[in-house]
Amino acid sequence: MKLFKHTWLALTLCIGSSSLWADEVQVAVASNFSKPLETLATAFKAKSGHELKISAGATGKLYAQIENGAPFEVFLSADSKTPKKLVDAQLAVADSQFTYALGKLVLWSSTKDSIDAQGEVLKKNEFKHLAIANPKTAPYGAAALEVLEHLGLTKTLEAKLVQGENISQTYDFVSTGNADLGFVAWSQVEKDGVLKDGSVWQVPEDLYTPIQQDAVLLTKGKDNTAAKALLDFLKTPEAQKLITDAGYGLPKAN
Amino acid sequence: MILSSEDWIAIALTLKLASLTTLVLLLIATPLAWHLAHTERWWKAPLNALVALPLVLPPTVLGFYLLVVLGPKGWVGQLMQQFGLNTLPFSFSGLLVASVLYSLPFVVQPIQAVFSNFDKRLLEAAMTLRASPLDAFFTIILPLSKHGFLTAIVLGFAHTVGEFGVVLMIGGNITGETRVISVQLYNHVEAMNYQAAHSLAALLVLFSFSVLLGLYYLNRGK
Repeated sequence: MKLFKHTWLALTLCIGSSSLWADEVQVAVASNFSKPLETLATAFKAKSGHELKISAGATGKLYAQIENGAPFEVFLSADSKTPKKLVDAQLAVADSQFTYALGKLVLWSSTKDSIDAQGEVLKKNEFKHLAIANPKTAPYGAAALEVLEHLGLTKTLEAKLVQGENISQTYDFVSTGNADLGFVAWSQVEKDGVLKDGSVWQVPEDLYTPIQQDAVLLTKGKDNTAAKALLDFLKTPEAQKLITDAGYGLPKAN
Repeated sequence: MILSSEDWIAIALTLKLASLTTLVLLLIATPLAWHLAHTERWWKAPLNALVALPLVLPPTVLGFYLLVVLGPKGWVGQLMQQFGLNTLPFSFSGLLVASVLYSLPFVVQPIQAVFSNFDKRLLEAAMTLRASPLDAFFTIILPLSKHGFLTAIVLGFAHTVGEFGVVLMIGGNITGETRVISVQLYNHVEAMNYQAAHSLAALLVLFSFSVLLGLYYLNRGK
């Protein structure tokens, strides 16, 4: 009888701490969005009381982890392909996918005046290294290649390209001056809508496919109300303001 | 085993890097090991610690400092530019410098171990027979320290082949210049080409196992 009582107690505790009354969400986030997510987490907690446990990493790496049973409940990807793949593999809830932010690509240098507002610097070709994120794995890298392709500069600049493993490392290459300039995310180099330092070219959006960053509810979180609340929260004007403040665009309302 | 032409380029590059690194390391490590084995000065302990540092430091630490120090804003980078030289990150020479630092303890320590046990009276005997220092090195020290040198060569070479973190930090992923096997493998994994990754990974496992097996057989016959 005593044993039964303990089991019952343990069971109640388990239920109490997981699905039904859960107030914790395990979030996997693409590294480019990890800082904004921290701000969002604070706002989300103030509003709902739910707490986020954040793991940041490259989208592809997080995908591999989710595929292999990582305990994430919500996934904020750097692209729209990977969430789609997760849905197809039944690792994510089918109709939960939506675009929470649009990445903005910029050409950036850590020195003042070395980049003009029209990006002519690329055609002048007087630099030694141009850093991009690995186009095979990082959406910002793929977008950077598209820009070069559009400008007809792929051939001329190919030998000057150096690749960062992800967009953060690409930023490091440029900020340490090892690469004269590089394609990075606007969110990395701005504060409150203004360039922090160096010089920048805001790449026109018709030069690359929009970098849609999609969120998705993972199968592991489908019974977690807090996880669903987080996804709903990301669509509120309050959250969207924080997202644009962090240097991202928003998808046009459809 | 399906290896693409890019895989083969990475393999060739890795072998070139590992051979050159081992060669440079032998030139540096031999006098260094001799000194460490026989000096009793105050710097012995700090120097030993310095040499062993890459054993315990995460490669990312070394990579980060190299990126900062060797870059155009770092003091080494600025010095090199003043002499009209190219800065080292994103180049093969940069990887070579990084590998030499990274694999240093793997070459110094085995040589140092045999040098410590070396009977110096043999050298004195050679000197009395009017052998030049170079003569003495090649005819006495080297043959007697053969095992230490072989271990050093094998470990230095193999460790450079397995290098990853440092290259990732300062390499820039350039085909034929800085994209070594480990980085190529990582690219495959990141791009979710698991089949291609398997081929390279299996090759590395096979290589490492054979190297270590060879080393154990070698040292058994001591």
